[in-house]
Amino acid sequence: MPHEKTSEVPAAEITPKQVYMNRRRFMAAAVAGAAALASDRAMHLAHASPVEAAEALATVKSQYSTPGLAPTPLYDITHYNNFYEFGVDKDDPAKNAWRLKTRPWSVKVEGLVKQERTFDIDDLLKLKPMEERIYRFRCVEAWSMVIPWAGYSLSELINECQPKPEAKYIQFVSLASTKDELLPWNAGISWPYVEGLRMDEAMHPLTLLTFGLYGQDLPNQDGAPVRVVVPWKYGFKSAKTIVKIRFVKSQPGTTWNEMAPNEYGFYSNVNPNRDHPRWSQKRERIIGAPLWKQWQPTLMFNGYGDQVASLYKGMDLIKDY
Amino acid sequence: MRQRWIVALKVVVHAACFGPIAWLLWRLYLTASSDPGALGPDPTHTVTFFTGRGTLRLLVITLAITPVRKLIPKLSWLVRFRRMLGLYAFFYACLHLTTYVWLYAGLSWSAMVDDISQRRFITAGLAAWLLMLPLALTSTAWSIRKLGGKNWNRLHKLVYLAAIAGVIHYWWGVKTGVKTPLEITVALGVVLAMRPILAWRNQRTALRAQSVARS
Repeated sequence: MPHEKTSEVPAAEITPKQVYMNRRRFMAAAVAGAAALASDRAMHLAHASPVEAAEALATVKSQYSTPGLAPTPLYDITHYNNFYEFGVDKDDPAKNAWRLKTRPWSVKVEGLVKQERTFDIDDLLKLKPMEERIYRFRCVEAWSMVIPWAGYSLSELINECQPKPEAKYIQFVSLASTKDELLPWNAGISWPYVEGLRMDEAMHPLTLLTFGLYGQDLPNQDGAPVRVVVPWKYGFKSAKTIVKIRFVKSQPGTTWNEMAPNEYGFYSNVNPNRDHPRWSQKRERIIGAPLWKQWQPTLMFNGYGDQVASLYKGMDLIKDY
Repeated sequence: MRQRWIVALKVVVHAACFGPIAWLLWRLYLTASSDPGALGPDPTHTVTFFTGRGTLRLLVITLAITPVRKLIPKLSWLVRFRRMLGLYAFFYACLHLTTYVWLYAGLSWSAMVDDISQRRFITAGLAAWLLMLPLALTSTAWSIRKLGGKNWNRLHKLVYLAAIAGVIHYWWGVKTGVKTPLEITVALGVVLAMRPILAWRNQRTALRAQSVARS
């Protein structure tokens, strides 16, 4: 994995075929095939490897993509997920997210807008050209990936919705229907999962309304069919599987912040100087890297300080974490 | 239970306890050589939970032996597996500690001092390991003779504290609200609670026997 190499072509084109047709997935498919006659669980196994079935998503290059990063292998991006609706362990979403049906799908925009609207997912896909954005992804649990997302700036949709001037915040609501999801008893959070941003954060061009990764539709376990990605914040701020976007006047409730306010702030900007009570945020484990070089220092604002630091001018980021 | 069966069963228990470690070492070797994904996307996380959960499970099994023997006197021979299982629990705990020292702290003293002083789940985990250490060191027949059965028994009561500290370490280590440690907590609760319950039952039977003898 050459970390210093800059990709001149979209990552979807340079990704070696064996990443897609991973041996482990052959194994899973073989197991599933062998068991198919007897067992219903085999269907789940077959569904657990959704990536080859995904539709290709044409992307254009983007000035907002981060240069010089080598993307994390697709297998790791799709088999190491925090998506508690489908189980608490990291490999649970890959096993269970086949339950999610992403068509038909619509996103309701409500609250302080000129007119409340419901967008069909297929209209959202066509709203603006799909860009490939290679971003660092930093989880609050001190691990990180590099992901070639596909989408366009959330600001494009916000402009389309014409929010009223009183709208100062935006809230995202993720799907929580017991029909599709497991909603496990041991996750501890309440559903539906909600997240939020200040309006200037939401309008920032780096904030991505995301429909795909690696040049194909989002796999279910990564938040299909549509999610946001806010690359300078810890991963839990990037709400998955969005059904509703609300424009609101004051700071909206967000799931983890309500669960444990001393651990997860509303802002949750990546900040190596402010430790989480249970671990240091000074460094991060690179998912997919060899064991002997798995750690790297964490960058302020996850390396996006030049673009976003001005949003927080005058704020004490240790206090307003 | 015949000696032959005990020996055969010991072989099985050794295989059951060491097998997972052999598997882990094999996958670790693969991870470092030919297949970086052999332990999943995050080998450090995998090894940590594998060894940590293993320790707690073995501790609970070890602690289950005494109540099971008292409940079912026919199974008294189980005591011959207690030391072995306890030592395996300590062995898993050592691997868990090694994972932390090597893969998390990167062998850095300052990182470890930081963690131990600032993060209570690490403090609790270290306490659990330190509580198990004297038990492992005094696990030989020679130690029992040297200490005397009474003292040795008293010392080995520390295993209760070690197991409780281990479970607290697990709860403090997972995210607030996440309840994955619940199963092992209930299991430990049961094997610990059975002790006073069985003692109370024994006392009652003894009293009844006494009163029957008197009348």
